[in-house]
Amino acid sequence: MVPLSAYVAVSAVLFMTGLLGVLIRRNFIIVLMSVEIMMNAANINLVAFSHYLESMSGQLVALFNIAIAAGEAAIGLAIIVVVFRGKISTNVDEMNLLKW
Amino acid sequence: MVGVFFAYFALVSIVAAALTVSLRHPVHCGLALLTLLLHVSGLFVLLNAEFLWAVQVIVYAGAILVLYLFVLMLLNLKTDERYFHSSYPYFIVPAALGSLYVLFLLLQSPFDGVKGDAPATAILEGGDTYAVGIKMFSDHILQFEIVGIFLLGAIIGAIVLAKAPKAMGNAGSKR
Repeated sequence: MVPLSAYVAVSAVLFMTGLLGVLIRRNFIIVLMSVEIMMNAANINLVAFSHYLESMSGQLVALFNIAIAAGEAAIGLAIIVVVFRGKISTNVDEMNLLKW
Repeated sequence: MVGVFFAYFALVSIVAAALTVSLRHPVHCGLALLTLLLHVSGLFVLLNAEFLWAVQVIVYAGAILVLYLFVLMLLNLKTDERYFHSSYPYFIVPAALGSLYVLFLLLQSPFDGVKGDAPATAILEGGDTYAVGIKMFSDHILQFEIVGIFLLGAIIGAIVLAKAPKAMGNAGSKR
């Protein structure tokens, strides 16, 4: 029997990896992929607690989280296409169109 | 036996996450992300969440990842020489220390609470899909509708954002 803290530990490692990716990568698409890693870490947490505390609500929140990840990916990639159309690279350091 | 599968899925997903963050070519990052998503879905199977396993494979690996790879191929990105942010050494050490501290705290925690009304035997009796459906359309129907509205908004927003700006400028004169 795998203890609950093992699942939570895996989730914490994945979340930290995703956070590190958001902070250090310069390509905007990879930054979005790192956000997906963080969402997956949150889903593992939700489903693990749902299993060990014997409640279905965690799985439902994970399901809604997947739907929200789909919307986030669609909007984020549309923003990338718009920015790239203006001949700006996908480097996050050079995206300062709205900087005051 | 479950422990062996858990160790495999956990190790491969952590390695795939590290590769996603650290590989140089964006398409390779996308393929590492695919490995991560499939192994996380394996963890869902171990937790008796077969419906979420199917949703993870269909929506994440089937739809979201294809969208990412499509945009990568569409933009035909050149790989940068410096693909990490210039100040990344300042982030790695605090992140490693923070992860170790969080792991230390997690492995000590007992994690106990009030049990809910869905033990594993009850879920296995009718299937996970049945249990999720009953719960979703009885207690969480409002959230379900809100997610529907959210996805509609996301579709419209993506179309409005990605529409060619020339069509908007000429709309008044041509018609």
